[in-house]
Amino acid sequence: MIIYGVALLATCLVTGLYVGELLGQLLGVQANVGGVGIAMLLLVLASGSKRMQSLVTGPSGEGIRFWSAMYIPIVVAMAASQNVVAAVDGGMLALLVGVLAVVVSFALVPLISRIGPRSEPLPPLEQDADDAAKRGA
Amino acid sequence: METLSAVLRGNALVVAFTVVGITVWLSYWLSKHLTGGRIHGSAVAILLGLVAAYFAGLQTEGSRGVADIGVLAGVGIMGGGMMRDFGIVSTAFGVHLSELRKAGVVGIISIFAGVIVSFIVGAVVALLFGYTDAESLTTIGAGAVTYIVGPVTGTAIGASSDVIALSVAAGVVKSILVMVGTPMVASRIGLNNPQSAMVFGGLMGTTSGVAGGLAATDPRLVPYGAMTATFYTGIGCLLGPSLLYFIVRALV
Repeated sequence: MIIYGVALLATCLVTGLYVGELLGQLLGVQANVGGVGIAMLLLVLASGSKRMQSLVTGPSGEGIRFWSAMYIPIVVAMAASQNVVAAVDGGMLALLVGVLAVVVSFALVPLISRIGPRSEPLPPLEQDADDAAKRGA
Repeated sequence: METLSAVLRGNALVVAFTVVGITVWLSYWLSKHLTGGRIHGSAVAILLGLVAAYFAGLQTEGSRGVADIGVLAGVGIMGGGMMRDFGIVSTAFGVHLSELRKAGVVGIISIFAGVIVSFIVGAVVALLFGYTDAESLTTIGAGAVTYIVGPVTGTAIGASSDVIALSVAAGVVKSILVMVGTPMVASRIGLNNPQSAMVFGGLMGTTSGVAGGLAATDPRLVPYGAMTATFYTGIGCLLGPSLLYFIVRALV
């Protein structure tokens, strides 16, 4: 059943957010500490466990895959609800702070990536979802 | 006309599915025919969303982009924190625990490096613009971390409200730039594998920026970047009003 996968996904998110809130309170911070990250770990663990196989394979798995395919449209909606005017109106100071923070952080990505063990580049991406669907059919 | 408007308002989320669907379709069409596929369709879609949010903001003087336009309120639900987090978690389906473990330590290093470096950049720029008190410097530095860390820090240490507003603006600029800029620099900074995506998420930290930027680069990298990014704001809120504030106060 599709709803089983969706329910598993929802349970992971709510549990993760709750743990994140508790972690925030424990640290005395007015923010959720890693709730979504914890939820993702729970989902990874659940999809790897033998006992939960019926919740992540077949139609149940489709329930999770549907939402992961909806991810980009959700991000587009998120972009469309940003306060872009405030960003533009913040003036030179806000603009400069934002730009420099991003540029410096971008520059650090290759430096810090070098610290750990290397992981392989992913294989080239499909041109777009439509092409992939055609090939899959 | 009134009836139509009532139907649209009464079914906000469903209307959002239609509107976003058309936007994505148009974006992929533009990507293919105007850029020859060089700029990915999802990057075009995110850019269109931001441009629409800008004009909507000018029109409505609200803070939620197109979501402040009555009939498009559903876009705010679809793109709100709840659906965003639900979508992000679902992308973890199919992620390998071994990849996460491999980059675990580097991921943690990148979170602290990201918070501290962004903070320093923000505080130094504020200093150059003539701010000299520890509260303003810390708050603007915290705004360079994310637009949540800025106001949380500013409120905690008692910064003035215009400085807090400035810190939010700086954070929003950062988040939008990460969304737009990531696909452009991805190949130059080696952003093509799970490990560098985790480092990227930890360094950038803005969940919306990382979510949008990686989606426009390669959706398969999203879960890895999001994993570290979601810890960033929490760590920022922890360090901003405490350790970082004390250091700034000792220096000025």
